[in-house]
Amino acid sequence: MRVSLTVNGRPQEADDVWEGESLLYVLRERLGLPGSKNACEQGECGSCTVRLDGVPVCACLVAAGQAEGRDVVTVEGLADHARQRAEGGGTRGTGGSETGTPLRDAQRWKAEGGDSRTGEGTELSPIQQAFLEAGAVQCGFCTPGLLVMADELLERNPNPADADIREALCGNLCRCTGYEKIMDAVRLAASR
Amino acid sequence: MPTTGAPTKLTQGSQARGGIGASTLRPDGTLKVTGEFAFASDMWHEDMLWGQTLRSTVAHAEIVSIDTSQALATPGVYAVMTYDDLPTDVRTYGLEIQDTPVLAHGKVRHHGEPVALVAADHPETARRAAAKIDVEYRELPVITDEASALAPDAVLVHENRDDLPQGPPASDGPGGTPIAGHVPHPNIVHRQPIVRGDVEAARERADVIVEGEYTFGMQDQAFLGPESGLAVPEEDGGVHLYIATQWLHADLRQIAPVLGLPETKVRMTLAGVGGAFGGREDLSMQIHACLLALRTGKPVKIVYNRFESFFGHVHRHPAKLRYEHGATKDGKLTHMKCRIVLDGGAYASTSAAVVGNASSLSAGPYAVDAVDIEALALYTNNPPCGAMRGFGAVQACFAYEAQMDRLAQRLGLDPVEFRQLNAMEQGTLMPTGQPVDSPAPVAELLRRVKAMPMPPERDWESSEGADVRQLPGGLSNTTHGEGVVRGVGYAVGIKNVGFSEGFDDYSTARVRMEVIGGEPVATVHTAMAEVGQGGVTVHAQIARTELGVAQVTIHPADTRVGSAGSTSASRQTYVTGGAVKNACERVRERVLEIGRRKFGSYHPAWATAELLLEHGRVVTDGGEILADLADVLDDEVVEAEEEWRHRPTEPFDPHTGQGNGHVQYSFAAHRAVVDVDTELGLVKVVELACAQDVGKALNPLSVIGQIQGGTTQGLGIAVMEEIVVDPRTAKVRNPSFTDYLIPTILDTPPMPVDVLELADEHAPYGLRGVGEAPTLSSTPAVLAAIRDATGLELNRTPVRPEHLTGTG
Repeated sequence: MRVSLTVNGRPQEADDVWEGESLLYVLRERLGLPGSKNACEQGECGSCTVRLDGVPVCACLVAAGQAEGRDVVTVEGLADHARQRAEGGGTRGTGGSETGTPLRDAQRWKAEGGDSRTGEGTELSPIQQAFLEAGAVQCGFCTPGLLVMADELLERNPNPADADIREALCGNLCRCTGYEKIMDAVRLAASR
Repeated sequence: MPTTGAPTKLTQGSQARGGIGASTLRPDGTLKVTGEFAFASDMWHEDMLWGQTLRSTVAHAEIVSIDTSQALATPGVYAVMTYDDLPTDVRTYGLEIQDTPVLAHGKVRHHGEPVALVAADHPETARRAAAKIDVEYRELPVITDEASALAPDAVLVHENRDDLPQGPPASDGPGGTPIAGHVPHPNIVHRQPIVRGDVEAARERADVIVEGEYTFGMQDQAFLGPESGLAVPEEDGGVHLYIATQWLHADLRQIAPVLGLPETKVRMTLAGVGGAFGGREDLSMQIHACLLALRTGKPVKIVYNRFESFFGHVHRHPAKLRYEHGATKDGKLTHMKCRIVLDGGAYASTSAAVVGNASSLSAGPYAVDAVDIEALALYTNNPPCGAMRGFGAVQACFAYEAQMDRLAQRLGLDPVEFRQLNAMEQGTLMPTGQPVDSPAPVAELLRRVKAMPMPPERDWESSEGADVRQLPGGLSNTTHGEGVVRGVGYAVGIKNVGFSEGFDDYSTARVRMEVIGGEPVATVHTAMAEVGQGGVTVHAQIARTELGVAQVTIHPADTRVGSAGSTSASRQTYVTGGAVKNACERVRERVLEIGRRKFGSYHPAWATAELLLEHGRVVTDGGEILADLADVLDDEVVEAEEEWRHRPTEPFDPHTGQGNGHVQYSFAAHRAVVDVDTELGLVKVVELACAQDVGKALNPLSVIGQIQGGTTQGLGIAVMEEIVVDPRTAKVRNPSFTDYLIPTILDTPPMPVDVLELADEHAPYGLRGVGEAPTLSSTPAVLAAIRDATGLELNRTPVRPEHLTGTG
């Protein structure tokens, strides 16, 4: 089947999608957006968290067909999403906008012996910057999901108490950090 | 022995910005927060196929037949492979003993053993085709514990072992199998006794004797990025593997012979690694992906899902531990006897080294002169066990720390004071007779962790009633404070750093300096597996410190440079960091030689002063600027490759366990504060404070991250994490994140950390390996706190609600 959806503000189409495929599979393997991670495939770890019409969901538990005609924000679009929000452009990316990752660029991933790019100069959202500075990133596999989730928390609640942060992020597993630096990062982003 | 440990002082690099001691940010951090960092599972290649592994559904069985015809006939399937399709006579692999079949041959020895492989054009096609492979099993009795492994009529897990130690056998074992000191029975992988002092005489002096039996559950590393990699066939008949691993060169050594290729034709590049914690030390899908790629001539990617990941790597050894300690009434330990039985599962993995650690570290960080120790690992039909953070020291620490609390209680002493009375110091002899020859601030760490402010009691109370989020059970709303009791517990542990027992533990680093765009730039190239720990951050810091440059590029890790050893045993900053430091020093010497050649005649200081590289310049130690590095180098490229070794170690004697087997020790202490709902058996860990000596914190932010992460994995094995294996069938019952629980952000408390920096003069910059020690003492501290709250004995970990309510 064909699935048409808006991802990070750009209309996208995926062809030859098998009905059993998840939104996560379509994002990662058909649209060249591997930022959302697959760590459990059953909605327990939160590594694949994306926004679906603004709502955080585990993309592994959304059938690709369910995303038809809907609006998806992934970690790759988080900086744009945060900028638009800051500019008062609403909390959702809109179809046809000039922002987002062009399909051609998004599909550039190839095994070429590790990425020596540092990403220096990349525009980051406040929560991305805070994760980096607070030491909330170790292996980084849980990071995309946590960022999408934490960004959504701060969108709803710009000044969360610690208990609010823990409640909001309790569906996102991290095995490296023990969460302390993640708490620091969310507090830091909120304070800015 | 005099106590050393003055803080490390730098000459070269003392002015460096972003050098060692600074909390510089990860060089891969921006890529990781934008989703651009390429993990192994993100690899993609034109025309790529997906590989799938068929695994055994039973734990121990003969394979009667395998029918692959249905799978092969499935549209989209390119290849199906079984044992019969392996290209060479090398059909097993292993880190210490080559006993693990690439694909099962005639027999499976544990649940989830790889039996066949499929390559197809879609992962679901591959999965469905694998499910169509018809394997007929004839089940065999399962060996699941010491009793069944060593029973007179026990089935041998490995019927024809050829790994037995050199030298004449001590006697004949079952079935005429030769046996020797380390292997008294063919169902024992490895055994290590350690005896020192006169235990019976010491026992006579004891006023109290405490005996205990302890059980430690099977823990999973549960790294979030499942096993994955991409194998790309190359035109010369070789293969290029992009892989998430802990040690590229150890993988290479095991992969190439199975493929029938020289190591030069198997190229390995590290792909992004989503955590490891020991679980990537053994091979998983590496050989399988290469086999399918070479068979089909197409790139093949294998990515495990979480279910398969639970079968795809070894776990932490579950253990039974029996301890006896004696002490005089004034609180001094007289002796210790212990027996530690580790379940190694079906294949050896690193069980022998785990036994070496469990035995040599079984007395903990205490001075005790008379010991009688035995540790062994069994072969069983349970899941194979091997490396996990803490590696044999974790199980022992859980047991000896419980013993310390019980001794203190019997003697009427404070548990911290009792530990401090017996704490080892620099100069104390280990049970192996090896002196501890660098700072061992065990008593001081306990003092520090005890001195930290306590978290407030009944913090959940508010004017609006109880905040259930702060209580055991949380938003399940199971209590508003009724039946909730607070407890406090302490523990301290000792972990060896680096590979022990005579292993040639070295690392290689290649460092290059050149001028790019008018700026001096250093490039660091190693084969170190960055698994999240921040080794790449530290390498850049070392280069800035040693070369006085601002810009450092970290080259991707691959096998085009020599081995960096394993990212394990808390060793990478020490050993590969040492190699980077050495290579930088060699580059610095050569740069200064060039400078002397070019500019020596212009200024006498080139010949007479101690010269340093600071801020991109050559300066004297008095601060006088002699030249810009850009002018010294011009268009010259200076490169050095260095191997670096820590001090050699020696094997433990097979009968007495004596020997200088370890390189360095790492110490951490914890204080746990818990609230326990005694009616429902629910535990809320309120705070887990840690004090650790790190010798020198090369990157304080990363050090604290390691301590908090390690502490949390210790918390997991205390109250929730356990792979449950059915004792009747040896089948794994909970291979998912729904049923195997790791701590969430709600389960994990604030973790204040106090870092002590007492230099080890033998180590680069005086540093001490950091990563593992916090995983040791965290678990027994939590257990001690739960015992304090409930008054229960609690001799097993993890503690489940039924253990606290008496309903289990």
